[in-house]
Amino acid sequence: MSKLAIENVSRVFPPVRGGAPTRALEPTHLAVGDNDFVTILGPSGCGKSTLLRLVAGLDTPTTGRILLNARPVTGPGADRGMVFQSYTLFPWLTVAENIAFGLREKGVPAAKRKEVVATWLERIGLTGFASHYPKQLSGGMQQRTAIARALANDPAILLLDEPFGALDNQTRALMQELLLGIWEREAKTVLFVTHDIEEAIFLASRVVVMSARPGRIKADIPVDLPHPRHYTVKTSPEFSALKARLTEEIRVEAVLAAEGH
Amino acid sequence: MKPLAPISNGARVTLGVSFFVLFFAGWAVATLGGYVSATFLADPITMVKDGWELITEHGFLFDIGVTIWRVVGGFVLAALVAVPLGILMGAYKPVEAFFEPFVSFARYLPASAFIPLLILWAGIGESQKLLVIFIGSVFQIVLMVAVTVGSIRRDLVEAALALGARDRGILGRVLIPAAAPGIAEILRLVLGWAWTYVIVAELIGSSSGIGHMIIDSQALLATGQMIFGIIVIGVIGLISDFLFKAANRLLFPWSLA
Ligand SMILES: Nc1ncnc2c1ncn2[C@@H]1O[C@H](COP(=O)(O)OP(=O)(O)OP(=O)(O)O)[C@@H](O)[C@H]1O
Ligand SMILES: [Mg+2]
Repeated sequence: MSKLAIENVSRVFPPVRGGAPTRALEPTHLAVGDNDFVTILGPSGCGKSTLLRLVAGLDTPTTGRILLNARPVTGPGADRGMVFQSYTLFPWLTVAENIAFGLREKGVPAAKRKEVVATWLERIGLTGFASHYPKQLSGGMQQRTAIARALANDPAILLLDEPFGALDNQTRALMQELLLGIWEREAKTVLFVTHDIEEAIFLASRVVVMSARPGRIKADIPVDLPHPRHYTVKTSPEFSALKARLTEEIRVEAVLAAEGH
Repeated sequence: MKPLAPISNGARVTLGVSFFVLFFAGWAVATLGGYVSATFLADPITMVKDGWELITEHGFLFDIGVTIWRVVGGFVLAALVAVPLGILMGAYKPVEAFFEPFVSFARYLPASAFIPLLILWAGIGESQKLLVIFIGSVFQIVLMVAVTVGSIRRDLVEAALALGARDRGILGRVLIPAAAPGIAEILRLVLGWAWTYVIVAELIGSSSGIGHMIIDSQALLATGQMIFGIIVIGVIGLISDFLFKAANRLLFPWSLA
């Protein structure tokens, strides 16, 4: 039994001002097992965000259905944690209050909330920043907080939409290790969208490659690199072989995408 | 000078004060130098003397108090009605569709044109003055609050939804706190407008207040008193603005860079 089942899901956006409708996502099938870390790799505009928003319940599929723990997704909910491509911390709440947002909404008592928040602050290395406002944080700190905010809710699945897309390379690498460390310890199911090939391989237990628009899944490649993974794995021959293969897959799509625009 | 480059606090205060100094100097030169007849414009010294006389002999402080109470009273009533309605309109599109056309229409009805009607309905007592301020402010606040709430970043709402927030949580824990600084700014702005309505209301059928004093002084051609009254209004505006800004800084520390 898979944790998440995406069955025949497609999304067509209605035409904008007399144009043609946008087929953002072709009918797609994807099964994500318990504790899987699936990365979705694809060129810009191929429907990655669209797919993730459908799973999050923030958008409704044109066809097909999505099952989480065998129950159909009908709208957004606390069982799916989401980290967005843009910075979405609540600017009027401190780091600690942001992390506690979902717990408060669930009615978790204050003492328990405090405990969970303290744990997550420590895991993301922001204990000293508990009462800072988002504006006072760097981009990397904000995304770490956003991850903690999603995970503090203890969701069945974590959805991440290019969470490190706006960060510099060094910070990005550190964030990847942090996230991977959390996943190795917490055994979460993760769906992670990216257009960075190295990131996709380093984090994943499976890489799903999407084609250029209209998006569909064109390859599904398991990553058997051992855990716990260290950043040095990025220089191993296995990693390079995977990278070469994915680069080839993606290049074809990028060329198509460029021609299509 | 570079575009948008910040300046130090000292420089800001100096520049702000120096405009006032220049303004008064220009006024003093024009009047004391004999370029403008005293019948039309009193000089600053006469103005201060007249003002002192108003306060010590004619109980002008009472008039000031009455006017402040009218502005604040009418404005608070308007805010109590308009802010909740504006929030609901911003948050729920059917509510907006219901009220928005009427409010947009009512907004253009000039509050001062209602004064004769309101005197007919409510007499020349306090309730009429409050109503003028109320009518002048309420529609403006409703519309601006609705726009502010309606334009809250969509992704923040989605983030809250993905964290399990329901309708009430979205309204109370996302839309309202996100819009709060904007709403405070709207209130500050509209309070300024309320001051112009109150004076107009007091010019007609009133026996107290700053506006009443100004009309009385006109009969006596006491331009010093009239100008003193106008300056008092300006000073009160400046103070209330300052208080509003200080309160905003205290209430919304997160919205500052
Ligand atoms: N609300 C919408 N209305 C109309 N078209 C949309 C909407 N959202 C997305 N699209 C279209 O769907 C396609 C896929 O968009 P999507 O945001 O899923 O791409 P993406 O793979 O996440 O790209 P990127 O890597 O740049 O974030 C795009 O062509 C986009 O124009
Ligand atoms: Mg995207």
